[in-house]
Amino acid sequence: MNSFDVSLLLSGQYHDWLVSGFALSIKLALITLVIALPLALLVAVLRLAPLAVLRAVGVVFVEAIRNVPLLAHMLFWYFGAPEVLPEPLKAWLYERDVEAASAVIALVLYTAAYMSEDIRSGIRSIPKEQMEASRALGFSFLGAMRLVILPQALRLTVPPLISQTLNLWKNTSIAMVIGVAELMYQAQQVESASFRGFESFAFATGAYLTISLAITGASAWYHHHHPVRSA
Amino acid sequence: MWEILQTYWLYYLIGQYPDGPLGGLSLTLALAALALVLALPVGIVLALCRLSPYRLLRWPVTAVVYVVRGTPLLMVVFWAYFLLPTLTGHTTDQFNTMLAALVIFDGAYLAEIIRAGIQGIPKGQMESARSLGFDYLRAMRLVILPQALRNMLPSLVNQFVSTIKETSLGYIISLGEVSFVATQINTQLLTRPAEVYLLLGLTYFVLCFSLSRFAFWLERRLAAGAAHPGTR
Repeated sequence: MNSFDVSLLLSGQYHDWLVSGFALSIKLALITLVIALPLALLVAVLRLAPLAVLRAVGVVFVEAIRNVPLLAHMLFWYFGAPEVLPEPLKAWLYERDVEAASAVIALVLYTAAYMSEDIRSGIRSIPKEQMEASRALGFSFLGAMRLVILPQALRLTVPPLISQTLNLWKNTSIAMVIGVAELMYQAQQVESASFRGFESFAFATGAYLTISLAITGASAWYHHHHPVRSA
Repeated sequence: MWEILQTYWLYYLIGQYPDGPLGGLSLTLALAALALVLALPVGIVLALCRLSPYRLLRWPVTAVVYVVRGTPLLMVVFWAYFLLPTLTGHTTDQFNTMLAALVIFDGAYLAEIIRAGIQGIPKGQMESARSLGFDYLRAMRLVILPQALRNMLPSLVNQFVSTIKETSLGYIISLGEVSFVATQINTQLLTRPAEVYLLLGLTYFVLCFSLSRFAFWLERRLAAGAAHPGTR
């Protein structure tokens, strides 16, 4: 191996591949975050609902997803799930970016399952008298949740949600197994096209680390400005 | 799904063994267990460095832990795949590549678990061990670590669950673990990917769910033991 060739990373075709991969990774993470957060909130509320059936739905969702590796989710949603769709829907899907769609579905479900557990423990840390008092004042379960419990619980949930976002960011790399042209995929493409593995992996590692450390920094900042107060 | 299992169960469980390398579910479990066992001493050393009063030990190790935890496992696998042969001079097979990546990755995660475990032991334990004449390392080895590791057992079982899930990334470097074997079965059948991958998901689920229930049970048992020390 020759010496480290920085020019490969600064301009040219390989540089463009890596940068486009980086951009796609960020896009994947952002789209997933935007869809996963409300879904996680819904699942967390389901798990604390007064009806046993709803609670069971929440438990099954979380356990079924968390106990299977993300890679297996990706394989299922890419290779398996589209096959059982009716023919016209399948054709419609294959005309579009089926790789990215499958990756987003897998990432959303996986992230939402983890985030819902964080939100749930945030909600559970609010003394249960708060719910009782709100109900006694005439709020419905959902009204009390939305106006009394969640505003307090979500503030406590921010730090674990930030660390789940870090996991999400790292998990986007697994989308390469189904051929989504994100950062890890492009790094490998550059490696196999140019045999400059050291440079391309260094770029990818640096890019992953930059965002990861920024997320860690955001967590430290939040911790500094909103220290945990005992209820 | 049932017919798939009836045809392929042996291949699914052990791969081509004994006519070839061990594979399938057995390889997944062997790799996860070996990785965790080897990562444990790494984690203990890293945790001790992170708690060390010497900056020369604390700072570099803290940096390493942050870097590894901020990088996807897949990246670590690629580095191992790419760098190990350059460093050692001969090619490393997929199993050892994956094992090396998992030991580094799990070591960094275990370091944080172990650090929290050690910090959870009252300071008086170290102080009394030292005043009884133990040196730091002996006090750590004979007094602090046995208690810390016992408290950490549930976390360690959960880390085993994570490690089982992480072994699936061996798929990317064509290691014949259970995800890879499932894909090969899928390639032979061609028409039933939904069933094959549902089966794969179920396999992981049964393993990981039962283990995480075990961790939960262990946690409650240990908590009960701590509340009533006499009943241990």
